[in-house]
Amino acid sequence: MRVLAAMSGGVDSAVAAARAVEAGHEVTGVHLALSSNPRSFRSGARGCCTLEDSRDARRAADVVGIPFYVWDVAQRFRADVVDDFVAEYAAGRTPNPCVRCNEKIKFSGVLDKALALGFDAVCTGHYARIDGGRLRRAVDHGKDQSYVLGVLTAGQLAHAMFPLGDTPKAEVRREAQRRGLAVADKPDSHDVCFIADGDTAGFLRDRIGAAPGPIVDETGATVGRHDGAFAFTVGQRRGLRIGRPAPDGKPRYVLDVSPVTATVTVGPAERLDVVRLTGDRLRWWGPAPRGPIECRAQIRAHGEAVGCEASVQGEQVEVTLRAPVRGVAAGQTVVLYERDTVLGSATITHSD
Amino acid sequence: MTESLARPVADDPMSRTVYLDHAATTPMLPEVAEAMSARLGSVGNPSSLHASGRSARRVVEESRESLAGSVGARPSEIVFTSGGTESDNLAVKGLFWARRAADSRRRRILASAVEHHAVLDSALWLAEHEAAEVQWLPVDPHGRVRPEVLEAALAEDPDSVALVSVMWANNEVGTVQPVAALAEIAHAHGVPIHSDAVQAFGQLPVDFAASGLDAMTITGHKVGGPLGVGALLVGRTVDLTPVQHGGGQERDVRSGTLDTPAIVGFATAGELAVKRQPERAEGLAALRDDLVARVRDVVPDAVLGGDPDLRPSHRLPGNAHFSFPGCEGDALLLLLDARGIECSTGSACSAGVPQPSHVLLSMGVPEDLARGSLRFSFGHTSTTGDVDAVAATIGAVVERARRAGQNGVRL
Repeated sequence: MRVLAAMSGGVDSAVAAARAVEAGHEVTGVHLALSSNPRSFRSGARGCCTLEDSRDARRAADVVGIPFYVWDVAQRFRADVVDDFVAEYAAGRTPNPCVRCNEKIKFSGVLDKALALGFDAVCTGHYARIDGGRLRRAVDHGKDQSYVLGVLTAGQLAHAMFPLGDTPKAEVRREAQRRGLAVADKPDSHDVCFIADGDTAGFLRDRIGAAPGPIVDETGATVGRHDGAFAFTVGQRRGLRIGRPAPDGKPRYVLDVSPVTATVTVGPAERLDVVRLTGDRLRWWGPAPRGPIECRAQIRAHGEAVGCEASVQGEQVEVTLRAPVRGVAAGQTVVLYERDTVLGSATITHSD
Repeated sequence: MTESLARPVADDPMSRTVYLDHAATTPMLPEVAEAMSARLGSVGNPSSLHASGRSARRVVEESRESLAGSVGARPSEIVFTSGGTESDNLAVKGLFWARRAADSRRRRILASAVEHHAVLDSALWLAEHEAAEVQWLPVDPHGRVRPEVLEAALAEDPDSVALVSVMWANNEVGTVQPVAALAEIAHAHGVPIHSDAVQAFGQLPVDFAASGLDAMTITGHKVGGPLGVGALLVGRTVDLTPVQHGGGQERDVRSGTLDTPAIVGFATAGELAVKRQPERAEGLAALRDDLVARVRDVVPDAVLGGDPDLRPSHRLPGNAHFSFPGCEGDALLLLLDARGIECSTGSACSAGVPQPSHVLLSMGVPEDLARGSLRFSFGHTSTTGDVDAVAATIGAVVERARRAGQNGVRL
């Protein structure tokens, strides 16, 4: 096959590209430039797509022995991922930009362009498996990234290649060393890649502007003030800076964020428990089930999946969790699994 | 899909790389490699006073004399540098500082809008850090600075102008500028003029003295010499403030130990390039004209960028530049590269990210069209086989790139 390997400059995508070559594919490496004005260097695990990353990717392509290009996806990344991220927060939802990037950039814009140019597949360093056309968790459950790929359609998966799904991360690093890839010991990326200093609240404040409002408890009594509701996420405990303790002395958590009224509601931990979710923007592998089915739901990238009952109705899914989970916010993606195979996904609209 | 993206295997007679990017760099001439090799094993810093130093100095000075002869300059007018970029920096910054030091009103830099980044960015740096005012001289749709445009810009307030810089021939679209006419105008207003002749040298007759220029940039690797060596020609009466300091080896305006083997190579390449220029230009033009005709045959809506008058008085004989509507340049390049055809999108890259060319934009080419551009540039190793290969491939490549550029898959 003719394979386009997306190379971030990190160790995973470099080894993935090398494996694709070794599997006999005709591989071309592409670094996706997400910013038109990249910074020179990355600092630790934060940021990405610096000039240094681009050079690392180029060096890896040299070592692997494949052609290499840089594709400018900055405009599309800004519109589909960064602006979406800001708009979602402004609307009081909690988006996952990595999910959005896979859905809109890597396996949409880039894949479409690759197919048009005559490639058959896009290869990435994601930890996930494709088995009989279905998305499965990686062997290394600690690194599993099937959650952030859970929004892909069967059509997108048919042209995706994840060569690292069957290998533990530690082994991938050793393999990079063995292959002479200088990125073998490069730190893993964490956090939101386009917020280089890790200050999400500051990033949002710069873009949305300060919108001060009250912090209220469940009775509606004002217990504090804030500079902008977007700085808060459901389930958050730190940084509330409420002077008075709760009457019962227990720590308080963010229960609800309402940017329209600029109100942040706080309350005790147990009020965070969620047992029912509704999601829209449904993706389902194959025909959707008619009645309710037993499966497992995961609501964040590194969370545990919990048993649930899911019923699909049109473009929506209702999920009843067998055990309560905390910190569920609208805008998050819920991915549904049958054992380790992804059944489908949706964007959470309500929870209670 | 049936056609392969594969690079043809090495023993396939069709597998020869089709190198059509001579404007980026051109293969070293065998005579140059020989001359350099002969010098590589010899010790001697040309600035040392002992016999080894004198021997190196002699080689450098003989090379300087030879190169001076090749470009119509006096040996003392040649300042060896590390290449075109350094020469442009030295010319723009050196002239600016020297002229401003002599008269503090001189803060304006008049440069054409289609300059190479070495001039462009030097001028912008001066604007940002040295309170220079940069005025970009607009070009016509063929990429040419009309003499009356320079005349008007100067006449506005000649006392405030530090320097003029207009390239001899453009690296992307090959447009040849009326350098002598521009120099005359600049001098009529008492303003020095620099020209980046990196692309012109070897393809066109270039005579520094006859041009009337005060400073001129040339470089080795575009004429079959080594990379990493170039020269700034500086008229004997022209004042220049140094950019880099430490020894003042070259006329007190350029410091750094001279690279004797590279300088020999540069001079050898320059001599051969100039000696062979008339017949080379003819040969390159024949190949280029053939390519232009055949690309237009296969892709009738391809737009030839630059001057449609293909004569060497108007356009570099080795330059062909096309914009393909509906295509992205990077897609075209990838597809051709995969078929062993090497050319350039012709535009500047930052981190390898292609930006729409400032040259095309200043010529009035719409941004969409500018994005779908390719530059094919011929040189001394080019053959009709190269043209055949492009003619045989370009139709399918454009068609595919067009598919990738449409249907909203454009990134």
